[in-house]
Amino acid sequence: MMEIGLNHYLILSTILFTIGLIGVMRRKNLLLLFFATEILLNSVNIAFAAISHFYGDLTGQMFAFFVIAIAASEVAVGLGLLIVWHKRHGTIDLDSLATMRG
Amino acid sequence: MEFYLYLALFAPLAGSLFAALFGASPKTLIAGLVPSLLLLTSFVSSTILLVHILGGGAPIQVEMMTWMATGDLYIPFGFIVDQVSVTMMMVVTVVSTVVHFYSIGYMDHDKGFNRFFSYLSAFVFSMMVLVMSDNFAGLFIGWEGVGLCSWLLIGFWYHKESATWAANEAFIMNRIADLGMLIGIFLVYWNTGTLQYAEAFALMPELPTDILVLMGIFLFIGAMGKSAQFPLHTWLADAMEGPTPVSALIHAATMVTAGVYLVVRANPLYDLIPNVGLFIASLGAFVALFAASMALVNRDMKRIIAYSTLSQLGYMFVAAGLGAYWVALFHLMAHAFFKALLFLGAGNVMHAMHDELDPFKMGGLKKPMKWTFIMMTVASVALAGIYPLAGFFSKDLILEVAMIEHHYIIYSVLLFTAGMTAFYSFRLVALIFHGEERYKLFGVHPHEAYKFMLIAMAPLLILAVIAGSFKMTYFEMVTAVLPATEYHVHSVVTYWIMTIGTQLFVILAIAFAYKKYANSSVKVPDGTSKMENRLCYKILSNQYYIPYIFEEYLVKPYRELSTVLWKHVDMKIVDATVDGIAGIIYSTGEKTRDMQSGNLSTMLKWMVAGTVGLLSLAVVFGLAVRYSAEIKAILSGLGV
Repeated sequence: MMEIGLNHYLILSTILFTIGLIGVMRRKNLLLLFFATEILLNSVNIAFAAISHFYGDLTGQMFAFFVIAIAASEVAVGLGLLIVWHKRHGTIDLDSLATMRG
Repeated sequence: MEFYLYLALFAPLAGSLFAALFGASPKTLIAGLVPSLLLLTSFVSSTILLVHILGGGAPIQVEMMTWMATGDLYIPFGFIVDQVSVTMMMVVTVVSTVVHFYSIGYMDHDKGFNRFFSYLSAFVFSMMVLVMSDNFAGLFIGWEGVGLCSWLLIGFWYHKESATWAANEAFIMNRIADLGMLIGIFLVYWNTGTLQYAEAFALMPELPTDILVLMGIFLFIGAMGKSAQFPLHTWLADAMEGPTPVSALIHAATMVTAGVYLVVRANPLYDLIPNVGLFIASLGAFVALFAASMALVNRDMKRIIAYSTLSQLGYMFVAAGLGAYWVALFHLMAHAFFKALLFLGAGNVMHAMHDELDPFKMGGLKKPMKWTFIMMTVASVALAGIYPLAGFFSKDLILEVAMIEHHYIIYSVLLFTAGMTAFYSFRLVALIFHGEERYKLFGVHPHEAYKFMLIAMAPLLILAVIAGSFKMTYFEMVTAVLPATEYHVHSVVTYWIMTIGTQLFVILAIAFAYKKYANSSVKVPDGTSKMENRLCYKILSNQYYIPYIFEEYLVKPYRELSTVLWKHVDMKIVDATVDGIAGIIYSTGEKTRDMQSGNLSTMLKWMVAGTVGLLSLAVVFGLAVRYSAEIKAILSGLGV
C-alpha cells in the first residue's frame, strides 16, 4: 500500500483545476459555469490545505477558509443575478448574454 | 544711460506688439500712431546716447541676461552702444520714424493698416538688435529677424502672385547667403572660442592667415546676401513689390546696409586679410557699374531707385574693402537719408498716379506735385553727388580713397558710374516731373500727398542737404573705434582737378539727361523705336538675362530634380515606410477586432489563453534565470 503524500494532493488539485478550466471554457449553461468555478476554487483549496499540512503552518488552511467564505458569497450574488436574468429572458444560455458586444 | 539703451531697443518691440493686438480688426488710427510715437521715443533715446558718446562718454555695454551657457559655450544677450552702433542706431531710428509717420498717410486706405505697422516696428526692433548686439550670435538673431520682416513686408499684399513670389525669392536668396554667414560664425567660434566681438577680434591676429581668409570670405557671403551683391542681387529689384515705405526703410536705408555694417564691424578681421578686402572692393566696384547700367534703361520707377541702391551699396563695399571703414559708414548714413527721401517721393508719385510705375506715362508732374518735385530733385542731386549736398561729401570721398590707395581701375569705374548715377537719376526726375503731361492720355488726375506726409519727409530733406557738414564731427567720433586713416590727396592741384572734374562730369550727365528726357518729344515707348531694338538696350532691360539664366539653369533643373526625388524617393521610400507602419497597426486592429465579440464564453477562453501564455512566460523566464550560467556557456561555445 502506497503512502499518500503531498504530491498526490497536488496532482489531484491539478486534475481538478484542469477539469474546472475546461468547464469554464466549454460550458454554455450559466449554472454549470458556476459549478466549474467552484471546482477551480476547491482545487486551489486542496492545494492550500495540503501544502499547509506539509509545512505544519496553519496559514494555508486559514486561507482556504477565506476562499470558501468568499466563494459562498460570490455564488449567492451570482445565483441571485442568474435568477433575475432567467426571469427576464427565459434562458441562462451564455450565448444570449451578448449585450456588451462591441 | 542703460535705461536709454533699453528704451531705444525695446520701444519698437512694444509698438509692434501693440499694433499686433489690432492685427485682425479693421483699420484703427491708434495702431499706427502708437508705434510711430514709440519709435520717436526710440529716436530720442538714441539721440541722448549719441550726445553721450559725442561728449566723450565711454561706450555703454550691458549684459541683459544669459542666453546660452553650456560647457565652454557662453553666449549672453549683450548689447553695446559704441561709436559705430550709435551711428547705425541714429540712421535706423531717424529713417524709421519718418517712414512710420509717412506710412500713416500712405497706408491710409489699405485694409492691412494695423498689420503693416506691426511688421514695420518688428523690423525696426530686429534691426536694432542687429546693430546693438555685442556678439555674433545676437547679430545673427537680428540678421534673421530683419530677413523675416523683409519677407513679411515684401509679401505684404499677399493676394498678388508677384508679391509672394518676390518675397520668397528674397527669403531664399538670403537663406543661401546666411548659410555662409553661419559657417563664418562657426569658424570664429572654433578658432577663438568666443563670439563676443571684442574678445574674438583680440585673438584674431594670432590665428593662421588661411583660417582668417576663410572667416572673412564666409562672413562676406552673408553680407553679400543681405546687401544684394552680385550674384545674389536679383532679389532686391523684385523686392520692390512691397509697399513703397517698406522699400524706403528696408530695401534702401537700413536692412540692405547690414552687410556693410558687418564688414565695418569686423574691421579688425578684414584689416588682417587685405586680399579679401581687395576682392570686396573689386566686387563692389563691379556691382556699382553693373547695377547703374541696368538702371539706365529700366522703365519701372521703383526698380530704377532699387538699382541705384544696389550701385551705392557697391560704393560702400569699395570703401570698406579698401580699409576706409569710416568712409563706408559715412556713405551708408548719407545714402540712407537721400535714398529714403527718394523712395518716399516715389511713393507720393505712385499714389498720385494710381500705382502707375512707368515714368514714361507720367511727365509734367511738377505742377500738381510741387513739393514732391522739390524733394525728389534734392534727393537726386544729393545722390548724384553735387556740392554741397550729402552725396558729394560721402561719394567723392570714396573716389578719393580709391585714388589714394592707387586702385586706378576701381577709381575709373566708380567715376564712370558716378556719371551714370547722375544720368539715370535725372532721367527719372525729367521723365516724371518735366516735359509733356503724358499722364493725361491715361485719364489720371494727380494730386499732391497729404500735408503731414510731406512734413514727415522734411527731416530727411534737411538731412540730405546738410549731412555732409557732419563729416569732421563724425570722423572724430567713429575713429575712436575704426582705423583713423585720413584721406587727403597729396597735391592740392590734383585734388581740385579731381573734384572739379568729377563735378563737371556729373553735371554734364545731368544736363544730358535733361536734354534727352525733359522735352515734349518724349513718347510712351511702344517697342518700335530704334533704341529699344538695339542689342545693348535689350541686354540691359532684361537685367543681363541673369534672372533668365537663374530660372533656366538653376530653378528649372532643381525643380525637375525635386520632382524626381518626390516621386521616387519621397513617395516610394519615405512615404511607403510610414504608411506601411500605419497599415500594419491598422490591419492588426482590424483583424483582432473579432476578439471583442461580447460573448462571455469567448472572453473566458481568451482569458484562459492569456493566463496560460503569461504563466509559460514566467516559467521560461524563471528557467532562464535559474540556468543562466549554463546558457552563457553554450552561447559562448557557439561564438556569439
